[in-house]
Amino acid sequence: MMNPRASYLAVVPAYNEAATIESVVESIHGHAPLFDVLVVDDGSTDSTAEIARRTRAHVLALPFNLGIGGAVQAGFVYARDNGYDYMAQIDGDGQHDPAELGKLFDAMSTGNSIDMVCGSRFLTSEYEYPAPISRRTGIHFFAFLLSRIVDGRVSDPTSGFRLYNRRAIELFARDYPHDYPEVEAVLMLHHHRLRMCEVPVQMYARGGGNSSISTGKSAYFMIKVLLALLVGLARRRPVVDPGDHAPVTAEQGV
Amino acid sequence: MQSRTQIVAIIGAAVLLLVVLELVRRRRLLERYALLWLLSAVVLLGLASWRDGLEKVARTIGIVYPPNALFLIGIGFILLLLLHFSSAVSRLSDQTKVLAQRLALLEERVRRSEQWTPPGDEVPRLFEDQVLERTHRD
Repeated sequence: MMNPRASYLAVVPAYNEAATIESVVESIHGHAPLFDVLVVDDGSTDSTAEIARRTRAHVLALPFNLGIGGAVQAGFVYARDNGYDYMAQIDGDGQHDPAELGKLFDAMSTGNSIDMVCGSRFLTSEYEYPAPISRRTGIHFFAFLLSRIVDGRVSDPTSGFRLYNRRAIELFARDYPHDYPEVEAVLMLHHHRLRMCEVPVQMYARGGGNSSISTGKSAYFMIKVLLALLVGLARRRPVVDPGDHAPVTAEQGV
Repeated sequence: MQSRTQIVAIIGAAVLLLVVLELVRRRRLLERYALLWLLSAVVLLGLASWRDGLEKVARTIGIVYPPNALFLIGIGFILLLLLHFSSAVSRLSDQTKVLAQRLALLEERVRRSEQWTPPGDEVPRLFEDQVLERTHRD
């Protein structure tokens, strides 16, 4: 299915994933040899960046922790600037299986003008790693909400196992949400008339390190994303288009 | 307003005004951020010294004891300043994010161009003289 002339990039955001990063990179190279791998080290305090540099992966080492949104956006900018046609996003903790990249790819190439494919852990009946209950509540809540807004079933809006085409890359390189970006990204895509679909994938318990979303933070996660969704709906133009005022405006006084 | 309260209010507002002006003069405060401070200091100073004005303002918004109007306006300015700082911090953190990303992208590019060896040059060179030798032969 894959076109050998197109260029493919797999972005692996990693924060303190020294234990798993090497096997994730090797696994991507093994299962998807056409993909270049870019590890975005989000200001790790362990040796994630050094270990990643020993592999064949390219490494972006952010000078300090930007959070998942800033790290993934750095990947989008890299993909845009280096002219990649497709970009996959795979967590650095071993949660996603690179062997399933092909599934995402098939969905993108068979579907008509799909710009983003999400791996969803809730589309199969028996899933291995359903995430803790507090988080699952949040996920289902946002799945319900988004399904109403975007007119189409969204079952796993927080999934970070995704494949983007060039249009989505350019959109998200320009503007990508900060803290828990996946849910908002679905909404942004919808506002820009880009299309997405989901495919069932397996997700596994983390191989090491700590999740960026602990149980205690789930409430904060829900409130923050809810606020972001409402603000996103209230904006006439949710994303900055070329020619608009920059969101980071230079010096307008008081 | 009792004259003692009035004197304290005037001194307070005047000190605030002087401190802000001095900070701007020493370039410790950008004019952009000083504007709101100056405005609040001037308004507070004006209302503190102009007794009738303050009483009129207090009566208009239904406050019996005029100095309370001064407090209310002061608190209003404080909220405004805090909001202004939050927006400034948001802008700064957004700018910092973009800078961090650009820095990482540049570093990666530098690293890659340093590792790049010209085609047909399989043997990695260890010393500078090897480079010279080669260029001479060429």
